[in-house]
Parts: sequence; C-alpha cells; structure tokens
Amino acid sequence: MASVPLAHGLLFASILFALGLIGVLARRNVIFVLMSVEIMLNAAGVAFVVAGARWAQADGQVMFILILTMAAAEVSVGLALILLLYHRFKTLDTDLASRMRG
Amino acid sequence: MNATFYISSIVAILATAMVIGNLNAVHALLYLVVSLLAVALVLFTFGAPFAAALEVIIYAGAIMVLFLFVIMTLNLGPHAKKQESEWLKPKIWIGPVALVAILMAELIYILAAGAEHPGGTQVIGPRAVALSLFGPYVLAVELASILLLAGLVGAYHLGRRGKGARREGEII
Repeated sequence: MASVPLAHGLLFASILFALGLIGVLARRNVIFVLMSVEIMLNAAGVAFVVAGARWAQADGQVMFILILTMAAAEVSVGLALILLLYHRFKTLDTDLASRMRG
Repeated sequence: MNATFYISSIVAILATAMVIGNLNAVHALLYLVVSLLAVALVLFTFGAPFAAALEVIIYAGAIMVLFLFVIMTLNLGPHAKKQESEWLKPKIWIGPVALVAILMAELIYILAAGAEHPGGTQVIGPRAVALSLFGPYVLAVELASILLLAGLVGAYHLGRRGKGARREGEII
C-alpha cells in the first residue's frame, strides 16, 4: 500500500493557503477577512503535520497544536475588535475603518 | 485507499472556495465548518489522529461557535426572524450537507476497513505527541500559555462596556 506523496499533501496545503490569501485580499467584510486568516493558519498547520508524517516525527503535530493555540488567541482578540469596530462605526467595511485617525 | 485523501482534499478546497465567495456570513461559516472537517479527515489519513481530533474540537467546535456568536450579535434586529426562516431553506443547507455526506461515507469506509490508516504512513499517536510536547518543547508550552493569557486580557479589555470604554471612544 503506497502512501500519499509528500508533494500532494503540501500542494493541498498551499492551495488552501492561496484560497485564504485571496479571501483576505478580495473581501471587504472584516468577518470574512478574519475567516480567511483562519483558513491560512489552518493551511500552515496542515503543512506542518504533513511534513511531520513524512519523517514520522511528532514535531509536526506539536507545531500544529501551537498554531491552534495562536489561532484561538487571535480569534478571540479579533472578534472583540470586530464588535468594537461595529459599535463605533456601525459598519464592517475595512475600507471605512481605515479612515480613523489617532 | 489513497483515494480518501484526494476526495477529502477536494471537498476541503470546494468548501473553502464557497467560503470566500459567499455573501452571507452564516452560510460561509457553514461551509467553513465543512472545510475544517475535511481537513481533519486529511490529517487522519496522514497518520495524525490527535491533530485531527483537535481540529474538530477546537477549530470546528470552539472557534466556529465564537464566530457564530459574534455574527448573531451583529445581526440582532427586526430582520432576525425573517432571516431565520430564510436560512432554513433547503437550498441553503443542501450544499454543506452533500459535502459532509461525502466525508461521512469516507469515514465509514475507513472504519469498516479495520480503522487502518489509509495513507499507509506511520501513525503518530497522542502518546508520542505528548512526550514531545512536554519534553523538548516545554518552553513552547509556557509561551503558549502566556499568549493565551494575553489574548484573554486583551479580549476582556476590548469587550468591556464600562464608563472608561465609552469615554475612550468619544476621545478617539
């Protein structure tokens, strides 16, 4: 039984990362931007796990757990910022939010 | 049995494309959950069952519920009930359900085949991960706990609805 080649796993991770990057660049709703950042972090974690599986080491999964921790902290602060943004500007558009001074 | 990897990766890519192309935030969130479940199956096929379980529990469970709470908070208003009935149309949920059905069929196939890891790779279980995490990486665990504490304090400070927060808002 042949295993899945490393290149295919990394290709999958890079496609996911590219989709997340497209989302960050193309969308203007800040909730979608945060979701796309989550997709990108997830893709990075997949790349770590795939590479760890290639050399049969646990380090890839350790890095995945650390990325997961970082994503959880990031999303809690990010969602709090979104609520603050909405209460102050009554919009979720990132272009309008860039007008704030100070 | 490599087909399980390819099928679930195609499901993940399709669901992710639906996330970034969707106009409604809740529909996008539905597809994002599907994408994360598909990624969990990919991790499982790569012999990382612990990472797959964490992906389901933390990403598809906790983080997505946080997103849902915030979207629901922002959507409160007289339109809420009308939106609720619109969201329950079959056209909305048939796509994610079809993708999840593919994943479910794959999972049943894997389990029926004796729970053997289809990637043919060596399985790295929770025991090996834990030994590595609390052995050479113990400093990283401490740093992660500090990061989580900083996230907690930051989220509390930003979400505070006190007199101080309002005054700060008026100044800026």
